[in-house]
Amino acid sequence: MNTTDKRHTLFSPSMKLADILLSNYALLTVLPRFDIQLGFGEKSLSEICRKYNVNETFFLLVCNVYTFHEYLPDKIEISTLDIESLIGYLKRSHRYYMEDRIASIKQKLELMRSCCSGMHHDIIHSFFKEYEKEVVNHFNYEEEVVFPYIIALMKGETKVGYHIQQYEQNHSNIEDKLGDLKNIIIKYLPESCSSKERTDVLFDIFLFEEDLNKHSLIEDKILVPFVEEMEKKYEE
Amino acid sequence: MKSKTYRVVLIEPSPIVQEGLKAVISHCRGFEVVGSVYDMHHQEEYLAMMRADIVVLNPALIEFHRRNTVKNMFEGVVLVALVYSYTDHEMLKQFASVIDIYDDQSKIDSKLREAVIVNNEQDELVSEGNDLSEREKEILVAVAKGMINKEIAALHNISIHTVISHRKNISRKTGIKSISGLAVYALLNKMIEQSEIQ
Repeated sequence: MNTTDKRHTLFSPSMKLADILLSNYALLTVLPRFDIQLGFGEKSLSEICRKYNVNETFFLLVCNVYTFHEYLPDKIEISTLDIESLIGYLKRSHRYYMEDRIASIKQKLELMRSCCSGMHHDIIHSFFKEYEKEVVNHFNYEEEVVFPYIIALMKGETKVGYHIQQYEQNHSNIEDKLGDLKNIIIKYLPESCSSKERTDVLFDIFLFEEDLNKHSLIEDKILVPFVEEMEKKYEE
Repeated sequence: MKSKTYRVVLIEPSPIVQEGLKAVISHCRGFEVVGSVYDMHHQEEYLAMMRADIVVLNPALIEFHRRNTVKNMFEGVVLVALVYSYTDHEMLKQFASVIDIYDDQSKIDSKLREAVIVNNEQDELVSEGNDLSEREKEILVAVAKGMINKEIAALHNISIHTVISHRKNISRKTGIKSISGLAVYALLNKMIEQSEIQ
């Protein structure tokens, strides 16, 4: 959608959820992470959140971040954030990426075998396998180190030897490689390997990339500032 | 960069935007708006008179037939664009940096700084065209094999600085940033064998 002309109009709780989806179809991939099912008729975002027992403020925040370019909540909104909703959401996103997005790219790369010579296919296949490993490592690190640290901090427990600053922004590597893959498939596979499958896999990569961008935005610009504030309070 | 103050001139047709930008830049340390005009009449004489280091220009003011020679009209100054409507990408390439109307204070600050740096680096290592040069191909092969910058510099008898410049150009041209991505490029183009990759 063209977000520039709606720059200062964010979604609100009383809007129909269907209208929100119609104005940004990328949100279709967000619904399953909240267990929200399609078929909500004319119900508002607020009503649906109540029905599915979803934190309304947080869900709205995700919808807005996913839709409006460069939109981010201000300091006060971040400080009042429901951190459990956020961490739960990030975990479910990880699962969604592994089980849906990456699985789909993998499957489509496999389908390309029919048009790409064995050599081309093997090279790309091993590149993606390595990439997948990296993504898993990154997600595991977050779930085993970063999130438990935050939860402990919330409970007022001291965890020595860790600081959110150490939470390296190794997202960039994960995003770079996806960009590399895009370039390789668009530019450097031979013309003879031009097929529906090649286009399909590209669509999948673009979709995943955009989603991942928003995911990192939420982690870097919402999660990290929230934790930094908590750490500051803690140190006082 | 030393602690020099850069003299900025604005060329922007909207008084509202011009005043706004002046206010924003007045908060950027090391930059001072020394003058502003609404159009490009006699801009050369004006810039010389104001001893401008940087010109922030709204590209909408450039006449269509001169859009490919913007740089020639502003010799000796760092050219920064201020954009709030659709603008030709080729034309924007001639600017050292591009400010968007929605950029905030800190972004504008960093874009001005970036413009000065880009301008200084410009004559360092220009790599023309879209295709990789022979030298760039050699460097790419070395990178794909897993060599580090220091090793590549020694192998080709060039400075580490030059290796880094080549690598930047390679990534810019191919769109590939990671080492394993570059290895894939080299493999697909038969520049190396699978067995050569560490």
